[in-house]
Amino acid sequence: MSRDTARLGLWNAAYVVARRDFHAILFSKAFILFLLGPLFFIAISLVAGTLGAKAADSAAPARLAVALPAAEAARFERAHAYLEDAVRLPPIQTVPSDGTHDSAALLTDASANFGAVLGGSLAAPRLAGTQERLESWRGEVALIIAQARGGREEAIPAITLEPTQTSVATQRSARVATATGAITLLFLLTMLLAGMVLSNLVEEKANKIIEILAAAIPMDAVFLGKLLAMLALSFVGIAVWGSLVLVAVALGGAALPPLPVPAVGWPLFVALFVLYFSMAYLLIGSVFLTIGSMAPTVRDVQTISMPATILQLAVFFLATFAMNAPGSPIELFAAIFPLSSPYAMVARAAQSAVLWPHLAALVWQAAWVALFVRTGATLFRRKVMKSGPARRPVKA
Amino acid sequence: MRRIADAMLTDAAAMPRPPAVDSTPLAIEARGLVKRFDDTLAVDGIDIAVPEGAIYGILGPNGAGKTTTLRMLLGIIDPDEGVRRVFGHDRPHEIARLIGYLPEERGLYPSMRCDEAIAFMGALRGLPLAEGKRRGRALLEEHGLGHAVDRKIRALSKGMAQTVQLLGTLVHHPRLVVFDEPFSGLDALNQGKLERMIRRLAENGTTVIFSTHVIHHAERLCNDVAIIANGKVPYAGSVDAARDRIPAQVRLETRDGDGAWLRALPPGTERESKAGGGHFWYFPLPETGIERLMRDLIEGEAGVLSFSVERAGLHDAFVEIAGEAAARALDADAQDTVPA
Repeated sequence: MSRDTARLGLWNAAYVVARRDFHAILFSKAFILFLLGPLFFIAISLVAGTLGAKAADSAAPARLAVALPAAEAARFERAHAYLEDAVRLPPIQTVPSDGTHDSAALLTDASANFGAVLGGSLAAPRLAGTQERLESWRGEVALIIAQARGGREEAIPAITLEPTQTSVATQRSARVATATGAITLLFLLTMLLAGMVLSNLVEEKANKIIEILAAAIPMDAVFLGKLLAMLALSFVGIAVWGSLVLVAVALGGAALPPLPVPAVGWPLFVALFVLYFSMAYLLIGSVFLTIGSMAPTVRDVQTISMPATILQLAVFFLATFAMNAPGSPIELFAAIFPLSSPYAMVARAAQSAVLWPHLAALVWQAAWVALFVRTGATLFRRKVMKSGPARRPVKA
Repeated sequence: MRRIADAMLTDAAAMPRPPAVDSTPLAIEARGLVKRFDDTLAVDGIDIAVPEGAIYGILGPNGAGKTTTLRMLLGIIDPDEGVRRVFGHDRPHEIARLIGYLPEERGLYPSMRCDEAIAFMGALRGLPLAEGKRRGRALLEEHGLGHAVDRKIRALSKGMAQTVQLLGTLVHHPRLVVFDEPFSGLDALNQGKLERMIRRLAENGTTVIFSTHVIHHAERLCNDVAIIANGKVPYAGSVDAARDRIPAQVRLETRDGDGAWLRALPPGTERESKAGGGHFWYFPLPETGIERLMRDLIEGEAGVLSFSVERAGLHDAFVEIAGEAAARALDADAQDTVPA
């Protein structure tokens, strides 16, 4: 069969579909929303953060009610004033006491905001309050009483402070933070994109163009083209946002807090993030596309996308849970299960410097993408185009 | 795989052939096509032979199996049984560049411009995008839509959008064009335009196959038809041969109502006497021919006032071939699709 008569090959046909979708979506409202998507998250975070800070500021700190005899209370106050430069102590308020104060009444007085009440005497102190508060303040209160009992104001030795960038302990927790951030970002991006793939498919169904595509090119190419178009669009989005972040770093780098360095280093981590993002999207996108293409109506597409969204959430939670138990069976499972594998592996890139598992994981994930696309295309041809395998008479 | 396909074709060759049209090479050849959807037998052993360069109609009521047959011929779906060959290829979808297809459900991307939509459809069949746009603009000009080249599909009327899709079907210069119900939804003016376009395609050597449930389109355009009803093809062959299955009717008007010449009329002749005198006689054209009949009438002094031979139409042939129920369904479908 000559090239002039043969239909387009898989990749050429996928390119034709991808090119159409890319151009159509790039200038659509949906893409502008996608591009602005991270802005919504940032805005919501800022609003939530500001409101939280305001709430924290407006809440008066809990105080320790000092219900000691007057002379002892004065000694307690002096000891508190002396120690509070070196040790973080709860604020105190002396309450008049003749030895018969009512701790319960003080603790339930809405105007005072007492967290605990110190009664008795310096020789036999009694601390009243909730169990949690007692455990929190008992050490500090004992320290102040010890200082007040001694009556001597011994100098607190000056310590030269030598701050370091990191330690094993802080590095580990910082990398967990990096991994969490990466997984969350991966989840949000794939969630947005999967929704866009579905919208695209809904448009296709509404436009009744699918039979024209199916008559001209392989169905696998239709699926692949749609997925690749959306991936390319997401790269445009990532490039836009990445550029903005780089500009922000360049302009105000010194003012920004130091970012925890992932185990594989930033350049490789970014590269792996992009690769795992591509895989995560292609995997969930092909699932969405299959489900969507098999639905007979647009309304059905929207209804049956719900299980896929729940699946996406489940995968996110699995990866987040597994991330906190490196080397455990659950982490291994999350790395092997195709849909959670990109999330688990990006978390691993943040926490471990070993590289070979990433190569294996990428090959594994790519194989599953191919399988999902092929399965989706086959199901589509069978169920929607009402086609099945040929049962032709075979010569006896 | 190839051998199996060849073997199947050998088997299929032993099957009864549809009436051979002539020695023209076949664009499409299908034998014993069967397609089931779950428990429904949509197509039940169809044989079709479409000569290259012909205008071929698949005529039948809605639900008869026309679309399923076309989809099988194009390779969009596979038959459960039987074989089909398009230009000698038993996997028709692999020669997609030679084929243009307009499905019954028309579809275009609303956000595309007209020339882009045509170029996209060409690109799906291997035509470079730039060439597709160039040809698209030329086609739009040629069909009176030059003013709409830069217009988005969503801004077009339904008729204009259908024309754009039609042009997209043809932009890559296919050797075979398959239209599924191409006239449905078109007004009389656009139906006429489409008929002219189909004739022009055939004049240029393109094979055109279309499905329809409107008899007069098939009758006016087609060299050959396949009549399809209930998933079967009871007739496939030339339109003329279909019409010839019903003998031509003679309508004779005489002054006299009696005489020896009456013996020249075949048995079963119907008589209708006129109120003011004179008689009408209706009978099939006798096998002895018109000349002999005329001589007998004149020599017998029948007083012939008028004589005409009325040939059966394709509709009569359809009733004869597919049955009255199928013909009634066909007529009802045709009524339903008359544009407002």
